[in-house]
Order: sequence, then C-alpha cells, then structure tokens
Amino acid sequence: MLRKSTPSRRRVLAGAAAAATVVAVPAVVRAQAKAIKLAVLLPRSGYLAPAGQSCHRGALIAPQVLADFGYAVELVHVDIESNPDVARTQCERVINDGVKGVIGAFDSASTLAMAQVCEQRQVPLVVNIGAAPQLTEQGYKFLVRNFPTGGQLVTNGLRLIKDLIDATRVAPRTAVFLHANDTFGTAQRQAMDKLFPAAGLPFRLLESIAYDPKAQDLSVEVTKIRALNPDLMLVVTRAADAIKLVRDMVRQHFEPMGMVSPGSPGLYDEEFYQALGPLADYPIYNIPWANPKGHMSQALEAAFKPANPRFRFAVECFNVGFTFEALLVAADGFKRAGTSNGPELMQAIRATNIADHIMIGPPIKFDAKGQNTGIPSAAVQNRNRTPTVVLPADVATMTPVLPMPGWQKRT
Amino acid sequence: MTWSIYLGVVVQGVLTGLVYGLMALGLSVIFGVVRVVNFAHGEFAVVAMYAAFLLFRSLGLDPLIAFLPIAAAFFVVGFALQATLINAFVGRSEHEQFILLVGVAIVILNGLLMLFGPDAQPANLPYAFDSYAIGPLFIDKVRIYSAVAALAIAAVLFAFFRYTAIGTAIRACADNLTGAAVVGLNVKRLYAVTFGIGLACVGAAGALMVTIADAAPNLGPAYTLLAFIIVIVGGLGSMAGALVGGVLIGVSEALAGFIIQPSMKSMFSFALLIAVLVLRPQGLLGRRA
Repeated sequence: MLRKSTPSRRRVLAGAAAAATVVAVPAVVRAQAKAIKLAVLLPRSGYLAPAGQSCHRGALIAPQVLADFGYAVELVHVDIESNPDVARTQCERVINDGVKGVIGAFDSASTLAMAQVCEQRQVPLVVNIGAAPQLTEQGYKFLVRNFPTGGQLVTNGLRLIKDLIDATRVAPRTAVFLHANDTFGTAQRQAMDKLFPAAGLPFRLLESIAYDPKAQDLSVEVTKIRALNPDLMLVVTRAADAIKLVRDMVRQHFEPMGMVSPGSPGLYDEEFYQALGPLADYPIYNIPWANPKGHMSQALEAAFKPANPRFRFAVECFNVGFTFEALLVAADGFKRAGTSNGPELMQAIRATNIADHIMIGPPIKFDAKGQNTGIPSAAVQNRNRTPTVVLPADVATMTPVLPMPGWQKRT
Repeated sequence: MTWSIYLGVVVQGVLTGLVYGLMALGLSVIFGVVRVVNFAHGEFAVVAMYAAFLLFRSLGLDPLIAFLPIAAAFFVVGFALQATLINAFVGRSEHEQFILLVGVAIVILNGLLMLFGPDAQPANLPYAFDSYAIGPLFIDKVRIYSAVAALAIAAVLFAFFRYTAIGTAIRACADNLTGAAVVGLNVKRLYAVTFGIGLACVGAAGALMVTIADAAPNLGPAYTLLAFIIVIVGGLGSMAGALVGGVLIGVSEALAGFIIQPSMKSMFSFALLIAVLVLRPQGLLGRRA
C-alpha cells in the first residue's frame, strides 16, 4: 500500500533550491564555455596607422594563443582612422551590435572619446596603449588601463637616462625636448615639466618644442634645434614623424651626442628601419618591453611568426604584447565573472591578478582608479636595425652606445 | 642666433613653397577657365605621388624624370574626366559641382587605401639625405631639384598660354565665354584641354612632392586645403598668384615655425588667408570681379 505523503513547507523550499541549482549551474557553465565577444578598436589607417596595424597583428593572433591558455574570445576588428570622432561613433556601433567589452585604442584622444561611450553604456573598456593621465583620473568606472601613464613613463624614462649616463660615462650638459603636439605628446610634456627639475639629471633643458606629427617634414624643427645646439635630444615621436625627424637631422648635418625618448613610439616601427636603414640605429627609447623569457611571450612569438612572416616579433612586441595583454585581461575577467553582464564583468576585471603575462614586470593588477601602477621600463637601443635591451643590466643583451656614431660613419 | 639661420629657414620656405605653388597652379588654371573648383585636387596629387613612387620602385625611374610621363598621363585623365563627367556640371550650381568632386575625392582616397593600405610609402631616393653646404647654410638637394623643376614647369605653362593658339583660345574662353563661342571656338573641347592641363600640373607637382614627402592616402584632403589657401591668397584664377601664394605660405609657415612654435605654423597660413580675405578679397594678384 502506498503511503500518501503531503509535502511540507521545508521540503518544498529544499526542492525549489535544488531545482534552482540544477537550472543555474548549467547556465554558469554555459556562460563560461561561450566566448566573450570583444571589439578591438585601433587606428589602422591615418597618421597612426603603422602602430595601429602593429597592434592589430597582435589582436589577430590573440584568439588562438588565448585558447591555448584556456580563454575563449570572439573579436570584432574596427579601424578608427586615427580620428577620435570616428572612434566614438564606431564604439557606439559595436556596442549596439552586441559586443561585451572594448579594447583600444593606442591613441589617448581616441581612447578618451571611447571611454565616455563605454561609461554610458556600462561596457568595460580595457586600454591597451594610451598614456594620457586623464584616462584614469576622470573617475571612469568601466575603464582599466594596463599601460603606464605619461607620468610613469617619464619617471621611469628619466631614471633610465641617469642610468645610461652612468653606464656610458658621457657628460651631456644641455638637452632639447621635442614632442608631438597631440594628446599623448602634450601629456608627456606636462609630465616632463613636472618631473625633470626633480630628476637630478646633470644637464639643462634648453627648450621644449612642440610639433605637428602630421607635418610633411620637420626641417624647421630641426633648424630650430640645431640653432640651440644641445648635447642630447629628448624626443616624443609618434610614428612616421620619427623618420622625418632623422631624415632632416641627416640633411642638416646635425649630430647630437644622443637621441633618447623618455617613452614613446616611432623609433622602433618596422617602417623606421626600412626607410632609414643604418641611419635608424642608436636612438634609445625607455619603454616597457616584452619579457623574452616568459612562458606566454614565447607562445605569442611562436604564433606571431607564421602569421606575420614579413614582420619581426622583436620589433613589434611592444604593440603586440600590450594589445594581447588587454585581451587577456578581458578574457580572464570574463572567465572569473562567468557572465558578460557589464557591471559584474567590470568588477571581475578590476580584481585582475595575472602573474603569467607578456611584458616585463610584476603581476597585472589595477588600483582603485583602474590603473596598473607596476609596469617598469627598459632602455632599448636600435642596434643593427633591431630593438635591443641595453638597460637594466640584468635583462640587457648588449651594452648601450653613447655618443652615437655620426651619420656619415654608418655602414 | 645669426642671420644665416634665418636665411636658411627662408630659403627652405621658398623652395617648398614653389612646389606648393605648382600644385595650386593646377587648381587656379581650372577655376580660372572652367569655373569649376576641383575639390579632388589634393587626392589627384596623391595619386601622382603613388605613380612616381611605383615608377621609382619598379623601374628605378627618378621622380625628377618621372614627372613628365605622369603629367602626360594626368593630362589624358583630366581631358577624359572633363569630357565625360564634369562638362555636364559646368554652369550648374556650386553645391552640385562641390558634391560631384567631393565624391570623386572620396572614391580616389578609398581606392588608394584599398590598393596601398594606410602606411606612408617613402621613395628612398639615393640623394634623399644629401644637402648642399653653401657657407653656413645646408639646403636639401631634393628641395632644390623640386623647386627648379616646379619653376620650369610654371614657365612652360605661362609660355603655352601666352604664345600658342590653343593657349590664346583658352584665355579667350576665360575672358569672354559668349564671345569665344560666337567666333566658333569649341568651348567644351577647350574646357577639357584646360582640365587636362590643370591635372597635368597637379600630376607633375605630386611626382615632385614624393621627393620631399612620403606618399600616403590621407595627405589628399590636407593638400586640397593647402591648394585652396594658396590660390585664395594669390588670387583665384591667377597663375602668377598661385606661385606667389605658394612661396608666401611656404615662407610664412617656415618663419612662424622657427620664431614662434613649429606646431603653430599652419595657424599662420590661415591667419594670412583671413587677412587677405578681409583686406583684399580678390587675392594678392587676382582681378576684382
């Protein structure tokens, strides 16, 4: 005889909880198994195209490498044409099309335009490259930056200049600071104005000169610097303007003791080497660099080579590495959050702690403002048309050369 | 700072300005006769830059020689464009002409992006890094060569309009269109020849420009704007005005960049433009309408 049972309130609640667990757990599992859809917005045309294209090459190989490390991403690639207005409208479009996170945009001005859109739409924005301090100083809750601020770059860069002077035993007495007049260059100028007087460097800064990075040539700029006759040229270039700068220096027979960037692109683009040949050698740039001994860096390099036979990882590792790391941050956040819901995903991204990554430095972590404050720089010098780490000594593969040989002595 | 540095800056400005002037000359010739403003002017200059770049890379043909076949090819393109497309818009309202030529500019710009990508392409001429040392002055070889070529082309153009029958007929069309038609001139054909000459100028200027600047698709709009500033300063429709305007813009930009701040040099072109528009609206060498 069957016993007729009446469900108690406790049994009903327990059953409901069990049912909810059965329904909910597969949902989480399903969410984790699916790839997160991310948009990668980069300046792949316009005056920042060389660097934007380089970042793009990093984004193209990222899904395969991330998959090997247990992350699944689906990418949408968008060209922002080196134009902040295009960046803003394209950012809106991709969010309307359903992306759950945005990566970009190499250029600070464009990234600022995108940050406003992402903040309104509550979609996480992971900055790959962009140094303007205001990105993490304006209280954005849906933005993190795994890249140094202009101030951090200049602080690290000036410290390395001091180390360079000590290592090479040169004695420069004067310098001129030449910088692009865009958002990044202006931020670098502000950082320089603030940090140089306290940096304790043994030379005077004669003048800071701003130039338009889209200018056809820099002959007037070089004439102006030549008239000041500094021992050192501190430069913040962007891309093709670095080629124009060296070209006009050679034409005007202007040979300073050294050309050092306290943290900027341009001097290590493949275009720079191809256009200038031996004249591309010996500038020094103090910037974060990929860790050649890292497990993940080696995996990225292995994927890069067959996908980009015309390009060298040694030249591209800065742009490729930071773009990959931005995607890694978003994918890792998604994996831990188990959802692509904006606020929850952002919370997970802000709690990032990734020890195994591409660039030299401690684990990727963000402070309360969304800034990774622990990214160090290395002094990298062009030698035989290849970026070569020359300081700090423990990671250097060559010793720095300063003063640089005259233009006519290059072979 | 010594006088020699200022002299060097002025010389650089004059040399660059002459090539700018040649580019603007094409715009001025077309407007002076056909009364159509070529809003795709800069884009055509960039096409010529790529043509010179390709001829140098593939055949080793120096841009200082390649400008001749490029100018000839651009003449044919200009003639065909005017005969097939633009003639229908002559006499129509300015906004229709504007839209047509902006459309042409967009097609060219995007075509270049598709063909060559966004990266700047340097020609890497063997003498690109050379300069002449004249006393304390260092003057780039490429600038001197380009400026001399620009002056020679402008001289040939002046001679063509003054001493040839077709040149005289074109000037007749510009001065009195009805009169030219009454005496039996084939106005449409002359318009096509004029457009061809205008494009030949810009083709030659673009080919010479590749010795100074790297070819890149995004230069087009900037060159169009620059050509406009020059012809408005010099006088729209005035050939001599285009050259004078080019030199004036080149020198003022160079001096402003040297004395004040290089990043502000473009501002002085626009300041000069505004001053001319206020004080002499027809331009320095233009005729009052």
